[in-house]
Amino acid sequence: MCHACKKAANGRDGMMRSLDRSQRQVRQTLTAWSFILPSLIGLGIFVYGSLVYSLYISFTSWDLLTPAKWVGFANYARVFRDETFIQCLYNTVYFVVAIVPLGIVFAMAMAMALNKQLPGIGFFRAAYYMPSITSTIAIGMVWLWIFNPDQGVLNALLKLIGVSNPPRWLESRVWAKPALSIMRLWQVSGYYMIMYLSGLQNIPNELYEAAEIDGATGWQKTKYVTVPLLSNTTLFATIMLIIEVFNLFEAVYVMTEGRPGGSTNTILYYIYAQAFQRYRMGYASAMAWVLFVILFVITLIQFAARRRKEEIGF
Amino acid sequence: MKRKKRLHIAALYAILILVAIVMIFPFVWSVTASFKTSRQIYGGNPLDLIPNPATLNNYRKALSVLPFHRFLLNSLMLASIVPIASITLASMAAYSFARLQFKGRDFIFMLLLGVMMLPGHVTLIPRYALVRKLGWINKYTALIIPPIFGAGLVFNIFFMRQHFLSIPRELEEAALIDGCSSWGVWRNIIMPNSKPAIATLAIIGFKTEWNSFLWPNVVINDFLKMPIQVGLTYLQTNVQSSWDILMAATTLSIIPLIVIFMCFQRYFMAGILTTGLGGR
Repeated sequence: MCHACKKAANGRDGMMRSLDRSQRQVRQTLTAWSFILPSLIGLGIFVYGSLVYSLYISFTSWDLLTPAKWVGFANYARVFRDETFIQCLYNTVYFVVAIVPLGIVFAMAMAMALNKQLPGIGFFRAAYYMPSITSTIAIGMVWLWIFNPDQGVLNALLKLIGVSNPPRWLESRVWAKPALSIMRLWQVSGYYMIMYLSGLQNIPNELYEAAEIDGATGWQKTKYVTVPLLSNTTLFATIMLIIEVFNLFEAVYVMTEGRPGGSTNTILYYIYAQAFQRYRMGYASAMAWVLFVILFVITLIQFAARRRKEEIGF
Repeated sequence: MKRKKRLHIAALYAILILVAIVMIFPFVWSVTASFKTSRQIYGGNPLDLIPNPATLNNYRKALSVLPFHRFLLNSLMLASIVPIASITLASMAAYSFARLQFKGRDFIFMLLLGVMMLPGHVTLIPRYALVRKLGWINKYTALIIPPIFGAGLVFNIFFMRQHFLSIPRELEEAALIDGCSSWGVWRNIIMPNSKPAIATLAIIGFKTEWNSFLWPNVVINDFLKMPIQVGLTYLQTNVQSSWDILMAATTLSIIPLIVIFMCFQRYFMAGILTTGLGGR
């Protein structure tokens, strides 16, 4: 037992007994608050306070140097007429379509392949997971060079297998988006694989045994037992992946800066550029709120869809 | 039947190895390139992985062009202080939420959980404006203090609370009967019984801060105070597309995390396995 606090407590023993109940309750409340107060104060300033402040800024025109001017809904009205914002939104939807379904399939397939007790499986898990712990900035620079049309390894490989005129990747309006999608898929799949691995470990073995007695083949077991029972993980992973794609920033920052011709520009990169390169704090804040609302609605829709599915009895 | 099974396993391994090559290749490529001469990098065959001749020149150049050791030290400091502060504050709050009774406890807890739903970009601009008003731009305070208070802290509170709820109450009750204060219980009983949970959060926190870019990039432009990720982009824009130096620099920035990952792999995995969240 703790020696120090025993000693300290001995002296207080008599005093404690004489305290009546309400006094003791006050004491407990004070103690409880003293535990949470440091966190609450910090979060109050840097999160809740910032949220209110951000909402206020979004209704002003402000360049940091001159005082903010109240402009009402002008920033929000501008967001939806801004062609660059619309383009960013389109690009983001493209990335969602290119990355989310494939990411889910890769992650699930990798997890199923690695959910076995075979020699060396730990090595493969670590290898697949490694890209997701590496900084996007550093590994983005490596990929920038991999995609280099003349000196990069990817085109050297394509030429080796007989592609005479390989794509110009990040320099091409057509191929820049697929290139970024490939890089992101490579980087994030391993993270979701671990999520699926934990999902797989929660599936009781009896279900597979029962399916085997009914004469199910390996593929049927996957289709009728594994995939449906992973649907919770899939819902969660899908939401997180969509949010992740909407927040695509660092890869764009090091690899393309939104080029060529804005074809890889994303909402977050555009917000960053407006705020910290053009100093349009009000407009950037309005866009940040629009992005927030979009993400919130997507999450709600997915949960609602899930509930409906359950009602139907899927 | 047995033969079919063996074939099955051989095919599985073939696929696993192929995928592993794809996953590891960019790392191998950047490490080997960092030892190549610039002549081999620009003139040689990109598929040739072996540096010929091997040289340490790229590292020498990277370390002399910019104060790279400072970048690494700054990142080390950022990635140690933020998780330590965050975990300490979080386990205090979590203890209160898990064990103590007070009015509005559940309401406050729900209010905190809402922060996890909040994307970080919404608070980026007001935080910057605030830090600027405080005169913290280009100071370590700006680099370190705001990142402590965000979704990461709330995640840590949530994670530690879950863990504390799994600790048997008998341990504390004995101490409380002996007259130990709540603070004493937290320090002497709860915390020593939470080492694996703390290690998991420490590892996730280290990774997050080592890799963090957007916030440091916005508040620090004095290169003596830059953490490594910001330093890398500084190198990229100022020593333009000189791949030999850049590959040495990226290798230097990736290696520390890979080493930590190798040593503490199970904690990395535990972060995702226990909660499905794990520090994103």
